Amino acid sequence: MSDIILKTEGLTKHYGGVQALEGANFELRKGEHVAIMGDNGAGKSTFVRQITGVEIPSRGKILFLGKEVIFQSPLEAREAGIEAVFQNLALADDLDVPSNLFLGREKIRFNLGPFSILDRKGMRDATRKALEKTAVKIPNLNSTIRHMSGGQRQCVAIARTATFPSKLIIMDEPTAALGVAETAQVENIIRTIKQNGEPLILISHNMRQVFDLVDRIVVFRRGRIAANLKKSETSGEEVVAYITGAKTDPSLSDAA
Amino acid sequence: MAKSEAGVGGLKYDARRRAWPNELNILLALILIVAAFEILGRLLLGESFLLNTREGVPGLFNEQRLQIIILQVSIVGIIAIGVTQVIITGGIDLSSGSIVGATAMIAMSFAQVALVNGNPNPKAIFMAEGWVDLPVIVPVLVGLGCGLVAGLINGSLIAYTGIPPFIATLGMMVAARGLARWWSKGNPISFPTESYAAIGQGMNPVFIFVALAILFQLILTYTKYGKHCYAIGSNEEAARITGIKVENHKVLVYVIAGILASVAAIVLSSKNLTAQAGMGVMYELDAIAMAVIGGISLAGGRGSIIGTVLGALIFGVIISGFTFLKLDAYYQEMVKGAIIVGAVVLDQWRQRRRSMRA
Repeated sequence: MSDIILKTEGLTKHYGGVQALEGANFELRKGEHVAIMGDNGAGKSTFVRQITGVEIPSRGKILFLGKEVIFQSPLEAREAGIEAVFQNLALADDLDVPSNLFLGREKIRFNLGPFSILDRKGMRDATRKALEKTAVKIPNLNSTIRHMSGGQRQCVAIARTATFPSKLIIMDEPTAALGVAETAQVENIIRTIKQNGEPLILISHNMRQVFDLVDRIVVFRRGRIAANLKKSETSGEEVVAYITGAKTDPSLSDAA
Repeated sequence: MAKSEAGVGGLKYDARRRAWPNELNILLALILIVAAFEILGRLLLGESFLLNTREGVPGLFNEQRLQIIILQVSIVGIIAIGVTQVIITGGIDLSSGSIVGATAMIAMSFAQVALVNGNPNPKAIFMAEGWVDLPVIVPVLVGLGCGLVAGLINGSLIAYTGIPPFIATLGMMVAARGLARWWSKGNPISFPTESYAAIGQGMNPVFIFVALAILFQLILTYTKYGKHCYAIGSNEEAARITGIKVENHKVLVYVIAGILASVAAIVLSSKNLTAQAGMGVMYELDAIAMAVIGGISLAGGRGSIIGTVLGALIFGVIISGFTFLKLDAYYQEMVKGAIIVGAVVLDQWRQRRRSMRA
């Protein structure tokens, strides 16, 4: 059982009276790429926010690399090795590319506490290298993110996760706002991640993309995990049936 | 031929079409305003606004007027340096004028002399305790401490209770003014020691303003603190997700703003040789106006200290210009108001155009 990267037991999140996530039992193995699918409001993003430390779960356990963890902040999750690309991208529009790539973990030349001097050249060089690795095209590193296309912004966000060594990468709808070519580029990055043997959780609405890229599909419905399907043993129709609730898995709906 | 260097990923990038820095626009505005006063002066009064026209006095410029312009904005300018940082993080500070009042009163009461013309100082607050003729470091540290505490309260309220900065600093604005009045039951505090009085004499306020402006321009550009100011103002949620300790940072920003307000208070009370409870009234709005004129976006995330310094100069030029044209002070206030609104309208317009291009 030592090859389990992430495991959640009965993970639950309430917002006031709203049960956004209810008793999620989830597992991710070494090198595995898993897609999370589900309708809007099914609990996908809520689930991701719990395991990335953006929010603290109401109940339940998270085991990361075999140890129980309670992330108090996204920084703690990140320091533990969970890198996430969020739906809203978490980019600062008024900053340039290197500043965004290193946001919250800037390279430092002299340590003076909060007034530490930044290593601007080091960050620019590392950014150039990271973007070349991901084949991302950004004309000018010094221009602010605000001036960039949706695809370029997305690529900066993804390059950010690829720049730092991580044990788990999470992407929340990385191609939702992208054109065809940009989507292909992001999918290539995901394939590279797969080849490197790094595990990944992908939230997506795109059935073709999911069947192209991942090993396993977990379907969320009304805040619960409704299905856990191996790609090789399922079909698009079956996944859609679980998403819409036309089909239910008796072994998973015990708590319903 | 357009000279273009290859950007990352091989896309062509024309270095000449790099974004035009906003500060240049503001410098241009400053020059235009000076030119307008120069022309109006020659037409209406037959005098030059900034050029030296007096016989037998060397120099190209009217140095006296230049000195007045920069001297009269330097004290509020010191406050504006702090306010700029607050606005860049997406906040606002309405309390700085009142912090000036409270700090001036408290610091001054530790800077008093024992004897005035051989008689015991009639205004001494702490005569009974013997806290007179103290070394200058005491009132200075007490003053800076006042600003620090006020900023700490502002920042903690904003960061940890989640109330809007407008409300938290409005509360501080009223409370600190009350403290300033209560401190000596409304009486002015005068007769500072010579060393305290020396702080704000001559062009010292200008030197202090310029030194602080350079220091914080460098800090905003080259340090983690500066980067995080822009990040929080630009996208607070993103800053939090990427692990920036947003709450601690906000407290630090308001503490710095408070300390800068207290620096202004020390310089002002030293320059005037007295402290009054009404000191610094409306300074917070003048400081915000300087920042806004200087291109600091009230939406947060954009602006620089250079912009604020230029904004302060525009402010000073307008006030001097009106005096020079012998216009009533009432007109100054009205035009000042119009300029502040105009600057914000311009900022809104710039933002809309920017989001259309993006």
